[in-house]
Amino acid sequence: MGYISSVASIERILNGLESADAHDDLQAFSERLCTDLGISHVVYHWVSGSGDQYGCGTYPASWVARYVEKGYLRVDPVVQGCYQRFHPVNWKQLDWSSRAARAFLADAVAHGVGNQGFSIPIRGPNGQFALFTINHSCDDNHWEMFTTESRRDLILLAHFFNDKALQLQPGRKPRDATPLSPREVDALTFLAVGYNRAQVADALSISEHTLRVYIESARHKLGAMNTTHAVAKALQRGIIVV
Amino acid sequence: MIRYIYGQDLHTRPALRDAMFRDRAAQFVGRLGWDLPLTAEGLEIDQYDALNPLYVIWETPKGGHGGSMRLLPTTGRTMVIDHFLHLTDGVRIESPLIWECTRFCLSEGAHPGVAAGLMLAGGEVMRGFGVEHFVGVFDARMVRIYRRIGASPEVLGTSGSGRAQVSVGLWDFTVEAQARVAASAGIAPETSRRWFETAFGTAPQSCVAAA
Repeated sequence: MGYISSVASIERILNGLESADAHDDLQAFSERLCTDLGISHVVYHWVSGSGDQYGCGTYPASWVARYVEKGYLRVDPVVQGCYQRFHPVNWKQLDWSSRAARAFLADAVAHGVGNQGFSIPIRGPNGQFALFTINHSCDDNHWEMFTTESRRDLILLAHFFNDKALQLQPGRKPRDATPLSPREVDALTFLAVGYNRAQVADALSISEHTLRVYIESARHKLGAMNTTHAVAKALQRGIIVV
Repeated sequence: MIRYIYGQDLHTRPALRDAMFRDRAAQFVGRLGWDLPLTAEGLEIDQYDALNPLYVIWETPKGGHGGSMRLLPTTGRTMVIDHFLHLTDGVRIESPLIWECTRFCLSEGAHPGVAAGLMLAGGEVMRGFGVEHFVGVFDARMVRIYRRIGASPEVLGTSGSGRAQVSVGLWDFTVEAQARVAASAGIAPETSRRWFETAFGTAPQSCVAAA
Protein backbone atom coordinates (compact mmCIF):
# COMPACT_ATOMS: atom_id res chain seq x y z
CA MET A 1 0.00 0.00 0.00
CA GLY A 2 1.50 3.29 -0.99
CA TYR A 3 0.48 6.79 -1.84
CA ILE A 4 -1.11 7.06 -5.24
CA SER A 5 1.42 9.44 -6.68
CA SER A 6 4.31 7.18 -5.72
CA VAL A 7 2.70 3.89 -6.64
CA ALA A 8 1.58 4.46 -10.17
CA SER A 9 1.12 7.38 -12.45
CA ILE A 10 -2.28 8.75 -11.63
CA GLU A 11 -2.65 9.76 -15.26
CA ARG A 12 -2.08 6.20 -16.36
CA ILE A 13 -4.78 5.09 -13.93
CA LEU A 14 -7.15 7.67 -15.37
CA ASN A 15 -6.35 6.78 -18.95
CA GLY A 16 -7.36 3.23 -18.13
CA LEU A 17 -10.66 4.57 -16.87
CA GLU A 18 -11.21 6.82 -19.88
CA SER A 19 -10.73 4.03 -22.38
CA ALA A 20 -13.44 1.93 -20.71
CA ASP A 21 -16.37 1.56 -23.09
CA ALA A 22 -18.46 -1.08 -21.36
CA HIS A 23 -19.39 -1.94 -17.82
CA ASP A 24 -17.14 -5.02 -18.07
CA ASP A 25 -14.23 -2.64 -18.54
CA LEU A 26 -15.08 -0.97 -15.24
CA GLN A 27 -14.78 -4.36 -13.57
CA ALA A 28 -11.34 -4.87 -15.13
CA PHE A 29 -10.39 -1.33 -14.14
CA SER A 30 -11.39 -2.00 -10.52
CA GLU A 31 -9.11 -5.04 -10.46
CA ARG A 32 -6.17 -3.11 -11.89
CA LEU A 33 -6.80 -0.27 -9.47
CA CYS A 34 -6.32 -2.64 -6.51
CA THR A 35 -2.92 -3.59 -7.87
CA ASP A 36 -1.98 0.02 -8.59
CA LEU A 37 -3.00 1.19 -5.12
CA GLY A 38 -1.65 -1.90 -3.40
CA ILE A 39 -4.93 -2.54 -1.61
CA SER A 40 -7.24 -5.55 -1.28
CA HIS A 41 -10.50 -4.31 -2.79
CA VAL A 42 -12.26 -1.61 -4.79
CA VAL A 43 -16.04 -1.60 -4.74
CA TYR A 44 -18.46 0.66 -6.56
CA HIS A 45 -22.23 0.63 -6.17
CA TRP A 46 -24.95 2.89 -7.44
CA VAL A 47 -28.67 3.33 -7.00
CA SER A 48 -30.50 5.41 -9.61
CA GLY A 49 -33.31 7.82 -8.81
CA SER A 50 -35.78 5.14 -9.93
CA GLY A 51 -34.16 2.45 -7.76
CA ASP A 52 -32.15 0.57 -10.41
CA GLN A 53 -28.88 -0.74 -9.09
CA TYR A 54 -25.49 -1.39 -10.58
CA GLY A 55 -22.28 -2.49 -8.98
CA CYS A 56 -18.85 -3.78 -9.69
CA GLY A 57 -15.75 -4.47 -7.71
CA THR A 58 -13.39 -7.06 -6.41
CA TYR A 59 -15.20 -8.52 -3.39
CA PRO A 60 -15.36 -12.33 -3.60
CA ALA A 61 -18.58 -13.58 -5.24
CA SER A 62 -19.23 -15.67 -2.12
CA TRP A 63 -19.33 -12.48 0.00
CA VAL A 64 -21.64 -10.67 -2.42
CA ALA A 65 -24.03 -13.65 -2.35
CA ARG A 66 -23.80 -13.84 1.44
CA TYR A 67 -24.50 -10.11 1.75
CA VAL A 68 -27.69 -10.40 -0.28
CA GLU A 69 -28.79 -13.64 1.38
CA LYS A 70 -28.40 -12.22 4.90
CA GLY A 71 -29.99 -8.88 4.01
CA TYR A 72 -26.90 -7.07 5.29
CA LEU A 73 -27.96 -3.87 3.54
CA ARG A 74 -30.05 -3.16 6.64
CA VAL A 75 -27.21 -3.56 9.14
CA ASP A 76 -24.16 -2.45 7.13
CA PRO A 77 -22.85 0.66 8.98
CA VAL A 78 -21.17 1.85 5.76
CA VAL A 79 -24.51 2.04 3.99
CA GLN A 80 -26.23 3.53 7.05
CA GLY A 81 -23.49 6.14 7.45
CA CYS A 82 -23.04 7.13 3.81
CA TYR A 83 -26.38 6.81 2.04
CA GLN A 84 -27.52 10.14 0.55
CA ARG A 85 -24.68 12.00 2.27
CA PHE A 86 -21.67 13.60 0.59
CA HIS A 87 -18.68 13.47 2.92
CA PRO A 88 -15.94 10.81 2.71
CA VAL A 89 -15.73 8.36 5.58
CA ASN A 90 -13.02 6.24 7.14
CA TRP A 91 -14.95 3.15 8.29
CA LYS A 92 -13.46 3.52 11.76
CA GLN A 93 -15.56 6.69 12.16
CA LEU A 94 -18.78 4.72 11.74
CA ASP A 95 -20.82 3.21 14.53
CA TRP A 96 -19.89 -0.47 14.83
CA SER A 97 -21.09 -0.71 18.43
CA SER A 98 -24.17 -2.86 17.88
CA ARG A 99 -23.89 -6.61 18.10
CA ALA A 100 -25.33 -6.95 14.57
CA ALA A 101 -22.72 -4.59 13.13
CA ARG A 102 -19.85 -6.42 14.84
CA ALA A 103 -21.14 -9.79 13.64
CA PHE A 104 -21.47 -8.35 10.13
CA LEU A 105 -17.85 -7.17 10.11
CA ALA A 106 -16.61 -10.52 11.44
CA ASP A 107 -18.53 -12.32 8.71
CA ALA A 108 -17.14 -9.93 6.06
CA VAL A 109 -13.57 -10.50 7.20
CA ALA A 110 -14.17 -14.28 7.22
CA HIS A 111 -15.20 -13.93 3.55
CA GLY A 112 -12.02 -12.12 2.55
CA VAL A 113 -13.05 -8.49 3.05
CA GLY A 114 -10.43 -6.28 4.72
CA ASN A 115 -10.99 -4.74 8.15
CA GLN A 116 -10.29 -1.20 6.89
CA GLY A 117 -12.34 0.86 4.49
CA PHE A 118 -12.69 4.33 3.08
CA SER A 119 -15.94 5.22 1.33
CA ILE A 120 -16.80 8.22 -0.80
CA PRO A 121 -20.50 8.94 -1.36
CA ILE A 122 -21.40 10.68 -4.60
CA ARG A 123 -24.61 12.39 -5.63
CA GLY A 124 -25.09 12.22 -9.36
CA PRO A 125 -27.79 13.68 -11.62
CA ASN A 126 -31.52 12.93 -11.23
CA GLY A 127 -31.32 11.38 -7.81
CA GLN A 128 -28.52 8.97 -8.65
CA PHE A 129 -26.46 7.99 -5.63
CA ALA A 130 -23.19 6.09 -5.69
CA LEU A 131 -20.68 4.81 -3.19
CA PHE A 132 -17.03 4.25 -4.09
CA THR A 133 -15.07 2.24 -1.54
CA ILE A 134 -11.52 1.08 -1.11
CA ASN A 135 -10.88 -1.74 1.34
CA HIS A 136 -7.77 -3.29 2.86
CA SER A 137 -6.36 -5.32 5.75
CA CYS A 138 -3.92 -3.39 7.89
CA ASP A 139 -3.68 -1.56 11.19
CA ASP A 140 -5.53 1.66 11.95
CA ASN A 141 -2.43 3.81 11.84
CA HIS A 142 -1.35 2.79 8.35
CA TRP A 143 -4.85 3.09 7.00
CA GLU A 144 -5.37 6.56 8.42
CA MET A 145 -2.04 7.69 7.00
CA PHE A 146 -2.76 6.21 3.58
CA THR A 147 -6.28 7.62 3.28
CA THR A 148 -5.24 11.03 4.59
CA GLU A 149 -2.31 11.30 2.19
CA SER A 150 -4.28 9.98 -0.78
CA ARG A 151 -7.64 11.57 0.06
CA ARG A 152 -7.65 14.17 -2.67
CA ASP A 153 -6.78 11.65 -5.39
CA LEU A 154 -9.31 9.15 -4.04
CA ILE A 155 -12.13 11.72 -4.06
CA LEU A 156 -11.34 12.69 -7.65
CA LEU A 157 -11.00 9.06 -8.71
CA ALA A 158 -14.39 8.23 -7.16
CA HIS A 159 -16.07 11.03 -9.11
CA PHE A 160 -14.39 10.08 -12.40
CA PHE A 161 -15.43 6.48 -11.85
CA ASN A 162 -19.02 7.57 -11.30
CA ASP A 163 -19.01 9.82 -14.38
CA LYS A 164 -17.75 6.90 -16.44
CA ALA A 165 -20.35 4.51 -15.04
CA LEU A 166 -23.07 7.05 -15.89
CA GLN A 167 -21.78 7.45 -19.43
CA LEU A 168 -21.83 3.70 -19.93
CA GLN A 169 -25.36 3.25 -18.61
CA PRO A 170 -27.34 1.46 -21.35
CA GLY A 171 -29.75 3.68 -23.22
CA ARG A 172 -28.20 6.80 -21.81
CA LYS A 173 -27.35 9.61 -24.15
CA PRO A 174 -23.78 10.77 -23.65
CA ARG A 175 -23.87 13.91 -21.58
CA ASP A 176 -22.19 16.87 -23.17
CA ALA A 177 -19.27 17.92 -21.05
CA THR A 178 -19.83 21.30 -19.45
CA PRO A 179 -18.06 23.80 -21.71
CA LEU A 180 -15.37 25.96 -20.17
CA SER A 181 -16.14 29.64 -19.74
CA PRO A 182 -13.88 32.19 -21.50
CA ARG A 183 -12.15 32.95 -18.19
CA GLU A 184 -11.24 29.30 -17.65
CA VAL A 185 -9.97 29.04 -21.22
CA ASP A 186 -7.87 32.18 -20.70
CA ALA A 187 -6.40 30.84 -17.47
CA LEU A 188 -5.41 27.51 -19.05
CA THR A 189 -4.02 29.26 -22.11
CA PHE A 190 -1.70 31.43 -20.03
CA LEU A 191 -0.57 28.38 -18.06
CA ALA A 192 0.06 26.49 -21.31
CA VAL A 193 2.43 29.18 -22.56
CA GLY A 194 4.42 29.03 -19.36
CA TYR A 195 3.06 31.79 -17.13
CA ASN A 196 3.19 31.02 -13.43
CA ARG A 197 0.08 31.44 -11.28
CA ALA A 198 0.99 34.91 -10.09
CA GLN A 199 1.50 36.07 -13.67
CA VAL A 200 -1.77 34.50 -14.84
CA ALA A 201 -3.68 36.09 -11.96
CA ASP A 202 -2.10 39.41 -12.84
CA ALA A 203 -2.91 39.06 -16.53
CA LEU A 204 -6.56 38.25 -15.73
CA SER A 205 -6.77 40.91 -12.99
CA ILE A 206 -7.95 38.40 -10.41
CA SER A 207 -6.42 37.18 -7.16
CA GLU A 208 -4.43 33.97 -7.00
CA HIS A 209 -7.13 32.47 -4.79
CA THR A 210 -9.79 33.19 -7.41
CA LEU A 211 -7.48 31.78 -10.08
CA ARG A 212 -7.05 28.57 -8.08
CA VAL A 213 -10.83 28.13 -7.96
CA TYR A 214 -11.23 28.82 -11.69
CA ILE A 215 -8.47 26.32 -12.51
CA GLU A 216 -10.02 23.79 -10.13
CA SER A 217 -13.39 24.16 -11.88
CA ALA A 218 -11.72 23.73 -15.28
CA ARG A 219 -9.82 20.69 -14.03
CA HIS A 220 -13.06 19.10 -12.90
CA LYS A 221 -14.84 19.74 -16.19
CA LEU A 222 -11.91 18.34 -18.18
CA GLY A 223 -11.76 15.19 -16.05
CA ALA A 224 -8.12 15.85 -15.18
CA MET A 225 -6.25 14.93 -12.00
CA ASN A 226 -4.20 18.11 -11.68
CA THR A 227 -3.43 21.39 -13.40
CA THR A 228 -0.74 20.02 -15.72
CA HIS A 229 -3.07 17.25 -16.80
CA ALA A 230 -5.89 19.76 -17.34
CA VAL A 231 -3.72 21.91 -19.60
CA ALA A 232 -2.65 18.84 -21.56
CA LYS A 233 -6.26 17.73 -22.04
CA ALA A 234 -7.42 21.18 -23.07
CA LEU A 235 -4.65 21.32 -25.69
CA GLN A 236 -5.40 17.80 -26.89
CA ARG A 237 -9.09 18.62 -27.36
CA GLY A 238 -8.37 21.90 -29.06
CA ILE A 239 -10.13 23.87 -26.33
CA ILE A 240 -7.05 26.02 -26.02
CA VAL A 241 -4.65 26.87 -28.79
CA VAL A 242 -1.16 28.21 -28.23
CA MET B 1 -22.27 23.90 20.69
CA ILE B 2 -22.03 23.27 16.97
CA ARG B 3 -24.34 20.67 15.46
CA TYR B 4 -23.75 19.18 12.01
CA ILE B 5 -27.05 17.83 10.67
CA TYR B 6 -27.95 16.60 7.18
CA GLY B 7 -31.34 17.68 5.86
CA GLN B 8 -32.59 14.10 6.02
CA ASP B 9 -31.91 14.08 9.78
CA LEU B 10 -33.38 17.48 10.67
CA HIS B 11 -36.61 15.78 11.74
CA THR B 12 -34.76 14.43 14.75
CA ARG B 13 -34.47 18.03 16.04
CA PRO B 14 -37.80 19.62 15.05
CA ALA B 15 -37.59 22.62 17.41
CA LEU B 16 -34.04 23.47 16.34
CA ARG B 17 -35.00 22.99 12.67
CA ASP B 18 -38.00 25.31 12.88
CA ALA B 19 -36.03 27.89 14.85
CA MET B 20 -33.38 27.91 12.11
CA PHE B 21 -35.90 28.43 9.31
CA ARG B 22 -37.70 31.08 11.39
CA ASP B 23 -34.46 32.95 12.07
CA ARG B 24 -33.65 32.81 8.36
CA ALA B 25 -37.03 34.45 7.69
CA ALA B 26 -36.23 37.11 10.30
CA GLN B 27 -32.81 37.85 8.81
CA PHE B 28 -33.39 37.65 5.07
CA VAL B 29 -37.02 38.78 4.82
CA GLY B 30 -37.50 40.74 8.04
CA ARG B 31 -34.23 42.63 8.40
CA LEU B 32 -32.88 42.60 4.82
CA GLY B 33 -36.25 42.82 3.07
CA TRP B 34 -35.43 40.17 0.45
CA ASP B 35 -38.33 38.92 -1.61
CA LEU B 36 -38.29 35.29 -0.49
CA PRO B 37 -41.33 33.06 -0.08
CA LEU B 38 -42.23 31.97 3.45
CA THR B 39 -44.24 28.95 4.47
CA ALA B 40 -47.62 29.42 6.18
CA GLU B 41 -45.76 28.96 9.46
CA GLY B 42 -43.41 31.83 8.60
CA LEU B 43 -40.40 29.67 7.80
CA GLU B 44 -37.92 30.56 5.05
CA ILE B 45 -37.32 27.33 3.15
CA ASP B 46 -36.11 27.28 -0.44
CA GLN B 47 -35.52 24.74 -3.20
CA TYR B 48 -31.93 24.06 -2.06
CA ASP B 49 -33.17 22.91 1.34
CA ALA B 50 -34.83 20.07 -0.56
CA LEU B 51 -31.42 18.83 -1.76
CA ASN B 52 -30.46 17.28 1.59
CA PRO B 53 -27.73 19.78 2.44
CA LEU B 54 -25.44 19.58 5.45
CA TYR B 55 -26.47 22.22 7.99
CA VAL B 56 -24.00 23.62 10.45
CA ILE B 57 -25.97 24.97 13.39
CA TRP B 58 -24.96 26.81 16.54
CA GLU B 59 -27.18 25.40 19.27
CA THR B 60 -27.47 27.65 22.31
CA PRO B 61 -27.16 26.16 25.81
CA LYS B 62 -30.96 26.21 26.05
CA GLY B 63 -31.35 24.26 22.82
CA GLY B 64 -32.19 27.27 20.66
CA HIS B 65 -30.85 28.37 17.29
CA GLY B 66 -27.93 30.81 17.53
CA GLY B 67 -26.96 30.78 13.88
CA SER B 68 -26.42 28.44 10.97
CA MET B 69 -25.19 27.89 7.45
CA ARG B 70 -26.00 25.47 4.68
CA LEU B 71 -23.45 23.40 2.76
CA LEU B 72 -23.91 21.64 -0.59
CA PRO B 73 -21.47 19.95 -2.98
CA THR B 74 -20.88 22.02 -6.14
CA THR B 75 -21.07 18.86 -8.25
CA GLY B 76 -24.86 19.11 -7.86
CA ARG B 77 -27.23 22.05 -8.22
CA THR B 78 -26.07 25.19 -6.47
CA MET B 79 -27.41 28.67 -5.87
CA VAL B 80 -24.18 30.23 -7.13
CA ILE B 81 -24.46 28.58 -10.55
CA ASP B 82 -28.25 28.95 -10.83
CA HIS B 83 -28.44 32.61 -9.82
CA PHE B 84 -25.06 34.30 -9.54
CA LEU B 85 -23.07 33.22 -12.60
CA HIS B 86 -22.70 36.91 -13.47
CA LEU B 87 -20.76 37.40 -10.23
CA THR B 88 -18.24 34.62 -10.95
CA ASP B 89 -17.05 35.89 -14.35
CA GLY B 90 -19.35 33.34 -15.96
CA VAL B 91 -17.32 30.48 -14.46
CA ARG B 92 -19.48 27.56 -13.36
CA ILE B 93 -17.73 26.75 -10.09
CA GLU B 94 -17.99 22.99 -9.72
CA SER B 95 -15.66 20.42 -8.21
CA PRO B 96 -15.81 17.70 -5.56
CA LEU B 97 -13.19 19.78 -3.72
CA ILE B 98 -15.38 22.91 -3.57
CA TRP B 99 -18.56 23.13 -1.49
CA GLU B 100 -21.14 25.89 -1.51
CA CYS B 101 -22.01 27.76 1.67
CA THR B 102 -25.28 29.72 1.67
CA ARG B 103 -27.94 31.12 4.02
CA PHE B 104 -25.36 32.14 6.63
CA CYS B 105 -27.72 33.36 9.32
CA LEU B 106 -27.42 34.71 12.85
CA SER B 107 -30.34 34.84 15.25
CA GLU B 108 -31.28 38.28 16.47
CA GLY B 109 -29.12 39.06 19.49
CA ALA B 110 -26.73 36.17 18.85
CA HIS B 111 -23.59 36.70 20.90
CA PRO B 112 -20.49 37.75 18.96
CA GLY B 113 -18.86 34.34 19.16
CA VAL B 114 -21.58 32.61 17.14
CA ALA B 115 -20.44 33.76 13.69
CA ALA B 116 -16.84 32.87 14.55
CA GLY B 117 -17.99 29.49 15.88
CA LEU B 118 -19.75 28.74 12.58
CA MET B 119 -16.67 29.72 10.58
CA LEU B 120 -14.55 27.54 12.86
CA ALA B 121 -16.92 24.68 12.06
CA GLY B 122 -16.49 25.45 8.35
CA GLY B 123 -12.77 24.95 8.88
CA GLU B 124 -13.42 21.58 10.52
CA VAL B 125 -15.44 20.52 7.48
CA MET B 126 -12.63 21.54 5.12
CA ARG B 127 -9.96 19.77 7.14
CA GLY B 128 -12.07 16.71 7.89
CA PHE B 129 -13.54 16.13 4.43
CA GLY B 130 -10.78 17.29 2.08
CA VAL B 131 -12.72 20.37 0.94
CA GLU B 132 -10.27 22.93 -0.47
CA HIS B 133 -12.60 25.89 -0.97
CA PHE B 134 -16.03 27.14 -0.02
CA VAL B 135 -17.88 29.37 -2.43
CA GLY B 136 -20.44 31.40 -0.54
CA VAL B 137 -23.34 33.77 -1.05
CA PHE B 138 -23.71 36.40 1.65
CA ASP B 139 -25.25 39.78 2.43
CA ALA B 140 -23.44 43.06 3.04
CA ARG B 141 -23.57 42.88 6.82
CA MET B 142 -21.74 39.56 6.75
CA VAL B 143 -18.78 41.12 4.94
CA ARG B 144 -18.11 43.22 8.05
CA ILE B 145 -18.72 40.32 10.40
CA TYR B 146 -16.38 38.00 8.49
CA ARG B 147 -13.68 40.69 8.58
CA ARG B 148 -14.14 41.21 12.32
CA ILE B 149 -13.71 37.51 13.10
CA GLY B 150 -10.64 37.20 10.89
CA ALA B 151 -12.24 35.10 8.13
CA SER B 152 -12.72 37.50 5.26
CA PRO B 153 -13.70 35.81 2.02
CA GLU B 154 -12.20 36.72 -1.30
CA VAL B 155 -15.14 38.59 -2.84
CA LEU B 156 -15.66 37.54 -6.47
CA GLY B 157 -18.50 39.88 -7.22
CA THR B 158 -21.29 41.93 -5.69
CA SER B 159 -24.68 42.95 -6.98
CA GLY B 160 -27.35 45.25 -5.61
CA SER B 161 -26.83 47.85 -2.95
CA GLY B 162 -27.89 48.61 0.58
CA ARG B 163 -29.91 45.88 2.21
CA ALA B 164 -30.31 44.12 -1.13
CA GLN B 165 -26.56 43.78 -1.64
CA VAL B 166 -25.44 40.21 -2.28
CA SER B 167 -21.89 39.00 -2.75
CA VAL B 168 -20.27 35.79 -3.87
CA GLY B 169 -16.95 34.96 -2.24
CA LEU B 170 -14.39 32.26 -1.63
CA TRP B 171 -12.76 30.85 1.46
CA ASP B 172 -9.90 28.44 1.65
CA PHE B 173 -8.41 26.77 4.70
CA THR B 174 -5.31 28.10 6.35
CA VAL B 175 -4.04 27.15 9.77
CA GLU B 176 -3.47 30.84 10.55
CA ALA B 177 -7.04 31.85 9.69
CA GLN B 178 -8.36 28.91 11.71
CA ALA B 179 -6.33 30.06 14.75
CA ARG B 180 -7.59 33.65 14.35
CA VAL B 181 -11.19 32.49 14.13
CA ALA B 182 -10.80 30.15 17.12
CA ALA B 183 -9.47 33.05 19.20
CA SER B 184 -12.29 35.26 17.99
CA ALA B 185 -14.87 32.59 18.83
CA GLY B 186 -13.35 31.99 22.26
CA ILE B 187 -13.50 28.26 21.51
CA ALA B 188 -10.54 25.97 22.05
CA PRO B 189 -9.55 24.10 18.86
CA GLU B 190 -9.93 20.80 20.77
CA THR B 191 -13.53 21.70 21.63
CA SER B 192 -14.33 22.51 18.03
CA ARG B 193 -12.74 19.22 16.97
CA ARG B 194 -14.76 17.32 19.56
CA TRP B 195 -18.05 18.76 18.25
CA PHE B 196 -17.10 17.69 14.74
CA GLU B 197 -16.25 14.19 15.94
CA THR B 198 -19.50 13.98 17.88
CA ALA B 199 -21.30 14.33 14.56
CA PHE B 200 -19.04 12.33 12.26
CA GLY B 201 -17.17 9.88 14.47
CA THR B 202 -13.55 9.74 15.45
CA ALA B 203 -10.90 8.66 12.98
CA PRO B 204 -7.91 6.95 14.55
CA GLN B 205 -5.03 9.35 15.04
CA SER B 206 -2.16 8.37 12.81
CA CYS B 207 1.08 8.60 14.74
CA VAL B 208 3.66 9.46 12.14
CA ALA B 209 6.41 9.56 14.75
CA ALA B 210 5.76 5.95 15.66
CA ALA B 211 5.75 4.73 12.09
